[in-house]
Amino acid sequence: MKKLVMVCSMAALLLCSATMALASGTIKIGGLFSVTGPASFLGEPEKKTLEMLVADLNAKGGINGQKLEAVIYDTAGDATKAVQLATKLIRNDKVVAIIGPSTTGESMAVLALTEKEKIPLISCAAGIKITEPVKDRKWTFKTPANDHVAVEKILQYAEKQKQKNLAIMTVTDGFGSSGREQLKAVAAQKGFTIVADETYGPKDTDMTPQLTKIRGSQAQALIVWGTNPGPAIITKNIKQLGIKLPVYMSHGVASKKYIELASPAAAEGIMLPTGKLAIYEVLPKNDPQYKLLKEYDAAYRKAHGVEASTFGGYAYDAFLLVTNAIKTKGATPAQIRDGLEQTQKLVSVSGIFNMSATDHNGLDLSAFEMVRITKGDWALLK
Amino acid sequence: MKRELIKFMLFALCVLVAPLFFSGSYLMNVLVFVGIHTLLAVALNLLLGYAGQISLGHAAFFGLGAYGSGILTTTFSWNPWLAMVTVAVIVATMAFAIGFPILKLKGHYLAMATLGLGIIIFIVFNEWVDVTGGPSGFPGIPNLELGTLVFDSDLKNYYLVWSFVLGCVLLSVNLANSRIGRAFRAIHDAETAARVMGVNARLLKVQVFALSAMICAIAGSLYAHVMTFIAPPSFGFNISVELLTMVVIGGLGSIYGSFLGALLLTMLPEFLRFMHDYDIVFYGGLLMVMTIFMPGGLVRGIPELFRKLAGLKKGKGDAHA
Repeated sequence: MKKLVMVCSMAALLLCSATMALASGTIKIGGLFSVTGPASFLGEPEKKTLEMLVADLNAKGGINGQKLEAVIYDTAGDATKAVQLATKLIRNDKVVAIIGPSTTGESMAVLALTEKEKIPLISCAAGIKITEPVKDRKWTFKTPANDHVAVEKILQYAEKQKQKNLAIMTVTDGFGSSGREQLKAVAAQKGFTIVADETYGPKDTDMTPQLTKIRGSQAQALIVWGTNPGPAIITKNIKQLGIKLPVYMSHGVASKKYIELASPAAAEGIMLPTGKLAIYEVLPKNDPQYKLLKEYDAAYRKAHGVEASTFGGYAYDAFLLVTNAIKTKGATPAQIRDGLEQTQKLVSVSGIFNMSATDHNGLDLSAFEMVRITKGDWALLK
Repeated sequence: MKRELIKFMLFALCVLVAPLFFSGSYLMNVLVFVGIHTLLAVALNLLLGYAGQISLGHAAFFGLGAYGSGILTTTFSWNPWLAMVTVAVIVATMAFAIGFPILKLKGHYLAMATLGLGIIIFIVFNEWVDVTGGPSGFPGIPNLELGTLVFDSDLKNYYLVWSFVLGCVLLSVNLANSRIGRAFRAIHDAETAARVMGVNARLLKVQVFALSAMICAIAGSLYAHVMTFIAPPSFGFNISVELLTMVVIGGLGSIYGSFLGALLLTMLPEFLRFMHDYDIVFYGGLLMVMTIFMPGGLVRGIPELFRKLAGLKKGKGDAHA
């Protein structure tokens, strides 16, 4: 028995020392993205972007003379797996910061762990609960703008058009339920009346019943909150039913893919708030983000043959935030955290980041532009 | 009976010393989930492997346990242990009530009915936003406490979860070898014959369904307190299918088989991770090979493999002589 215990403890010691030895030399950051599974449309561009940026940085000589290494795992969109892999990144790979996960659910599950382990987490998911309340989220940051920023952008525009009675139609997943919550809250605050509140399932293929109900209401405008393909089907249904209401979409469909799915004819006149990456071609040349967006899109096209997406942009932001924090403060988890919190005027893909002790997202209304779909392309709304 | 006891002691010993090899590594965390999956697989095996009744909706009971514990302890500030017991009893009662109509069905129809049950309960988790938090999940569930001991690290959670597993395995092994266990097997093989022999098949089936649901609910409570955050996708149809795979791969009608199945299906993806994008292909292939060549599950397939290998050697030896 004594012998067994000795052998066991020796084995454990060996395991520990092996992982310690690997930790020195380079700066290691972790990446958790849902590269496969239902949220792969988020995770795949995020992973590719991070790999591209790390290779680029190392080719240019690294950071403060040290090389950067990204350890990336696929969570398959599963919260349990995300927590296991986050544990692996912290215990075995000894990373100093983690970028991701891609979805709100996974981020909520992982942040409970990273807060305890004191490792900075820069989530690529939008849910407002990820960074609120800030006093319980000392080590947690996120790069996508809060949903209420997009909501405010739409309602600001609707206010100018004197549309007081609104119909809302939201999808029953994380994105839609957060949007519904924010729409109702901000609408009440600004004195709008919600006259119809409909929902649809993420896999529904026909939304005419909800739209018929909305047509019979007093609504002056319709706001649809969802990600593809739902909104594209709704757009077609609206056309089929001959509904003449002004229609707003969320930033969740801000890609050419949506126009393609809905057909340019049906999507004509639809308005939506969008991050600047999707529409950088129509931005004025003196926009502070213009150069960076153009370069990112060109580099991504060159490496992967497709246009850069907003989602990949979230990983871009997180990478820029982390490297900026390492440059200004240092490469321990605590130094990175402080550096992240003190980020000021960092120009990136999703917007210009200004973090503070009370704001771990750092984006405001300027992160979005209102656009209108005209002849299958974007046109800026003033 | 003596053999069963030795088997159990060996199993318990393995569970006790495993942390010596893995503590400090993330595999400790994976082993916590292996424990939770073992509880679920054993529960399903009692129903499927012993009594021969299929369920494609067991993730629902798992989810009810998790959400029940989460809501009672977080929203209503109940004591977590009291909440765990209450939820387990409620879920068992519910399963008992649902069991009567559902278990009248057989074969594909039973599979469909339990599938429907699982999907309905999943929809409730997903859409009852005010209570369950909806698709964005339910955060802030406290860790379990025992006096001054807070189960907040992987090692503590490991011993917490695995003590439940050991209890559950002991209970299940005893049950399987009792008169009731034999009655289950009789129902499995020929329900009419079992009835003729005086087995109250209808009641027994409902009882094992309720017991199975109760174990799943307890596993759910543990999961909620270990993760401190729950969201609907963890209790969807995929999980029900994964549980079924664990039971079948491990070996129907074997308690330790369920453990092997849970261990394999939870750990395998971790070991295949070095293959990057091809791990899923290999994972699927391996499962296919196992079901084709080990139809009795790992628990019977592995000893048989050894016997065959030994036989092969012996055969060669004979040829030479």
